[in-house]
This record gives sequence, structure tokens and C-alpha cells, in this order.
Amino acid sequence: MRLREALKRARETARLMVGLPDYDTYLAHRRAVHPGEPAMSREQFHRERTDRRFGGGADRIGRCC
Amino acid sequence: MAATAAASPLRWIPWMLVALVGAVALGVIALSRGETINALWLVVASLCVYLTAYRFYGLFIARRVLEIDASRPTPAVRRNDGLDYVPTNRTVLFGHHFAAIAGAGPLVGPVLAAQMGYLPGTLWILVGVVFAGAVQDLIVLFISTRRDGRSLGEIIRAEMGHIPGVIAMVGILAIMIILLAVLALIIVKALADSPWGTFTVFATMPVAIVMGLYGRYFRPGRVGEVSLIGFVGLIGAILLGEQVASSADWGPAFTFSGEALALMLIGYGFIASVLPVWLLLAPRDYLSTFLKIGTIVGLAIGILIVRPELQMPAVTRFVDGTGPVFAGTLFPFLFITIACGAVSGFHALVASGTTPKMIESEAHLPFIGYGAMLMESFVAIMAMVAASVLDPAVYFALNSPAALIGATSNEAAVAVSAWGFTVTPAALDEVARAVGETTILSRTGGAPTLAVGMAQILSSVVGGAGMMAFWYHFAILFEALFILTTVDAGTRVARFMIQDLVGTFVKPLKDTRSWAGNLVATALAVGGWGWFLYQGVTDPLGGINTLWPLFGIANQMLAAIALTVCTVVLFKMKRERFAWVTLVPVTWLLVCTLTAGWQKIFHADPRIGFLAHAERYSAALGRGELLAPAKGVGQMRQVIFNDYVNATLCALFIAVVLAMVFYGLKTIAAARRSETPTALETADAAA
Repeated sequence: MRLREALKRARETARLMVGLPDYDTYLAHRRAVHPGEPAMSREQFHRERTDRRFGGGADRIGRCC
Repeated sequence: MAATAAASPLRWIPWMLVALVGAVALGVIALSRGETINALWLVVASLCVYLTAYRFYGLFIARRVLEIDASRPTPAVRRNDGLDYVPTNRTVLFGHHFAAIAGAGPLVGPVLAAQMGYLPGTLWILVGVVFAGAVQDLIVLFISTRRDGRSLGEIIRAEMGHIPGVIAMVGILAIMIILLAVLALIIVKALADSPWGTFTVFATMPVAIVMGLYGRYFRPGRVGEVSLIGFVGLIGAILLGEQVASSADWGPAFTFSGEALALMLIGYGFIASVLPVWLLLAPRDYLSTFLKIGTIVGLAIGILIVRPELQMPAVTRFVDGTGPVFAGTLFPFLFITIACGAVSGFHALVASGTTPKMIESEAHLPFIGYGAMLMESFVAIMAMVAASVLDPAVYFALNSPAALIGATSNEAAVAVSAWGFTVTPAALDEVARAVGETTILSRTGGAPTLAVGMAQILSSVVGGAGMMAFWYHFAILFEALFILTTVDAGTRVARFMIQDLVGTFVKPLKDTRSWAGNLVATALAVGGWGWFLYQGVTDPLGGINTLWPLFGIANQMLAAIALTVCTVVLFKMKRERFAWVTLVPVTWLLVCTLTAGWQKIFHADPRIGFLAHAERYSAALGRGELLAPAKGVGQMRQVIFNDYVNATLCALFIAVVLAMVFYGLKTIAAARRSETPTALETADAAA
């Protein structure tokens, strides 16, 4: 159980390093706060986040020298 | 806190041990003279410094200076949307933040600084990170977290006014352009006349495109799978590269001069940054990020297993400013050569970017803000180790421009031996053969040096001498990969900044969806860094000599601006009792960068001062002479023009930082007149 938890965390870390937050967390949030409203599918979520990461804006200077 | 400490004084024992071990290790490093010391001392000393600094200074700043409040809801909690604002586990967020701040900077600066010996650079990395770099990262992260995760530019505008906001944006854009130029130059220097390296780096593009298509149409969102495919492709490219380089037909086809590579890179930069991100940029971002983290971990393990001796002297005679790698004396030039790893202004942009929107609790701020910067500093220490395990003669042969050591092993061996680092031509050829290259001479820019050092360490762990060439090209590929990703992503960022800035005056340019605006702004961005890149490639002293100090000055000036903002906010919070926490590093950075900036413009030595250099060429032109590398009057004029542009840019940086200090002092004076705190934290700001 401990190991599974650690692996899940490592996977989450790796994905967030390339700018992809956890989809399950997103879905849980949508269901809890906006019940009945549509949520993005896993694929849409992935596309939206990828575009957002490189889509400009003052807060997206996401890498350093 | 005092009560618990009194209750169990025993809990301080481990900290006393850490401090004691650190002090002993630092003593060994500082006092050993005349014999080599083991790299392990450097590693142990730094780790002890980091632990102690985090526990006693990082937490002091967080708890006493900033008075972080774990019960105060963070933006992630208040504005949770599952996308940008997400309360995130602190170790997961630490990884995100570290991956964003750690790039090529901490790997290159220390390698260049090693020309003065490992001691000055190491001490600056340690002192700099504890009192400047990590402090800046933590406080900017704190300030942004208290303001809904606003960016540095927005914070400056809100806390200091509209004009300083615009000035800062211009400064940030100029720094971005110089950063991209210097990073691109590092790749060009590493790949020039190296068919093996060039082939592997070229091969990453089809590999990334295959990954992109797979991830778009076949298995969307499967980052792990896609990355694995890419990784296999990369290893295949390295292995195939060896065959390509040794083939009589294909070898020459992948052998390019620096100028040719620079032009290709400029063309690539333009095309890559208008392609859809999922096709090339995003998949390569996966590869470069994971490879970066993996290689850093691998290098750390390698150093622990091999425990190499440092061959570089603790201090070399080049502290007097006559060194071949970069010109100028220890003060101020060491402190701008090592920017990232000690203090990096760019982090202020990252710490006011995505990270503050994911902080779960203010209690996590020191771990992420201060801690991740300590980790980056450790990367810089490892780069210093990798450069210092090389035979110093090899180090100087790699890093000295051809104008100083000649183009053949015989000339180089004579020149380097004359500096006191005895070596035979055969020994230099042997190193080149071992790493699978035709020559190692004048491969400036830091990346090849780091690659030879890493190859030496990693091949002692895996594969032995026979694997040295593989590891060398692996290291080159790893650096080129994340530099290319930064060039691509950075060009996009610069494009958006140009559209934002110029769009204020030319309205149609502001529309980021318009193709014309997009292309014009991209061309401006690529033209900007491409111009400096080409100038660097054709520079007889190797370009790094000119561009790296400009980049270092720019980056440290951005840090000075960020720390000025931190100071202003401390005064506005009425926490001026603790303002020394930021005033001390900001003063030091101003002293270093203003001195360095002044010297780069006005120094009488043409190796340092741009104007003196221009003068020298003008005088020669007046006498009708040509000075290398110029081959005609036109090129002579070009060199002179370049000098004036560089001097102007340097003057612009100085003007920007002085203006920010002026506005900072003005805001501080206003804050002091007020009876109550005037900082605009989100809870108090009705807007």
C-alpha cells in the first residue's frame, strides 16, 4: 500500500513537471463544485493544459536558464 | 518555540553534528594547498551548509520575517478550479518548481568559473544561494502567493506604479533575448564540426514528431508511454550517430561550421515556434524534462560512487583577470559568471508563475521556495565537480578560444603548458579520441567540458573507458535537448511579450490569434536573439567571452530588481525591522552588476571593454589594417557596430536597474510615512 502510494505520487510529480495537473483531481473538483455541468474528457484536458502551458501570458515563463 | 527548545535541548544535537561536519569539510576544502582533494568534501560541505541554512535561515525568514500563516487560505484553496489553481501535495509541487527553475544555467556558469579554480566559485555558490538566491525565490513566491499568484510584472505595477512596471517589462524582454542567444550559442559551440553530436541532435526532431503524433492521434495523454518511445529513439540516435560519424559518406554530410549551424538554428527557431505545440515542443519538453532530472540524479550517484579527486587547483593565477575563458578580475566577474546556482533573477518569474497558484498551505512556502533553490545550487556544485575532475590542461584546451591557443594540438599543448598546465599534444588527441571526436580544442561554452567531465565520472560507473564516447554524446544530447526546448518555448514567450509591449502602440499586433501579428512578433524575437547568436559565432574570442557576461549581468540585474521589490514589500508590510534580509543581497548584487556593467562598457582593456574594443578596430581601420577575424572593411565595420550595440545594451540594463532602485526608494519613503501597512495583499485589495 505504501509503495502504491509512493508510485502514484511519483507519477503525479513527473506529470506536473511537464505542466500536467492530475486529471482525477480536476474531475473530482468539477463533480463536487459544479455538479451537473460538463467537464472536459481526459483527452480534452490534456490538450487544454498543453496549449495553456505554452500559450503565453505573464505567468507562463515556466522555465529558466 | 523557545519553550520547546528549552524543554528538550537534546533536539539540537543532530544540528550541532551537521554544523560540525560541514565546518570540517569546509575547512578541508579551504585549507588544502598543493595536493588534490576528493570531490566528496565539496558534496558533504554543501549538503551541511544547505541543511543548516534551511533550518536556521530559511525557516527564520518564513516564520519571523514574513510571518507565514498556515491557517490563511492560499489562492489554490480559494480559487480552486482544478486547472491553474489546484492545492497540490508539497513534494509533488517541489518537483514541479525545481523542474521549472533548473536549466542549463547552473550547469554552465560554474564550468566557466572553474578557470579561477574550484574554491572561489564554490564559495560564491554556497554563500550566494543561502543569502541571496534562495531568499529571493522564497520571498517572491510568498509575495505572489499573497496576491492570487500574480506575476512579477503585475506585482511591480501594483506595488510600485505603472511606469516601473513598463520599465521592468522592457528589461525582462531584453534579458530573455540575451538568454536565448547565449543558450543557442552553447549548442552551436558544442555541435560545430561534430557529426556525431549534430546527427543525434537533428534526430531528436523526427523522434519528437513521432511522439507528438502518437500522443495526439493514437494514445492521447499517455505521457509515460510517449516518453518511453522517445527515450528509446534517443538512445538509438546516439548509437546510430557513431556509425554516421565514422561513415565516409554520411560523416561529412553532418559536419557543419559554427556559422552554418547558427543560421540553421535561427531558421529552426522561427519554424518551431509557429508550429502547433503538440507536434514538436510538448513531446520534446517531456524528453528534456525527464532526461534532465534523470541525468542530475545519475550524476549525483556517479559522484558518490566514484568519489573523484579534483585535479583543478583550488585557486588559479587567472583570478587576476587574464584568464582565457572569460575576461575580467574575480571581482566583479566571478559573481556574474555564476548566476544560476547562486542567485538567478529568472527564478523571480517562475516563482510568480504557476507555482504560487498550487501552494496548498503557506506552511509549504519555505520548503518549495527556499528548498528548491538549494537543490539547484547543488546542481551547480556538481557541475563545478565535473569541470574540476578534468586535467586542468584539458579544461583549458577545451575552453580557450582558438585565437589564444591555436588550431592544432601542438600549438595548444605549447600554449596551455606555458600557462603552467603541462600537457603533450598526444594527451590532448587521446582525450578527443576517447570521446569520439576529432578534436577537443576550443569547444567553449561549457557544455563540452561538462560532457567530458560527466563522461569520465559516468564511464567509471557504467561501461568503463569503452563507453566514454557514448556518455560524452549522451551528455551533449541531454544539454542540447533542453536548450532547444528552452529556445523554442522562450521564443514563444518573447513573442507574446513583444506583442503585449509593442501592441500598446500598434494595436493590430496585440491580437495573439492573428497570423500576421504572430509572424511579425516571432520574426522580431528570433531576429533579436539570432543577431546576437551570429555575432557570437563569428567572434574571434569565441562569443561566450562576450555574451555570457552580458547574460550574467542581465540575470543578476533582474535578481536585483526582484529583491528591490521584496524590500519594498517588506517596508509596505511594516516589517522594515527585517529589511536587511533583502537589503544585504540587493546591495551586493548592485555593487557587482553596476561595476561589471561599467567595466564592460568603459574598461580600457579591449578584452573587457566594448568601447575600447571598438576603438582598437576603428584605429586599425584608420590605418587601413585588418584585424582578425574580419576579412574586409565591411566586416571591420560590423565588429565596431556590434561593440556599440553591446555597449548600448549594457547601458540599457544599467539604466533599467537604476530606474527600479529609484522607484523602489520612492515607494519605500512613501511606505515609511504611512502609519499602517500599505502592502496590497489580496485580502485587503478590494479590486
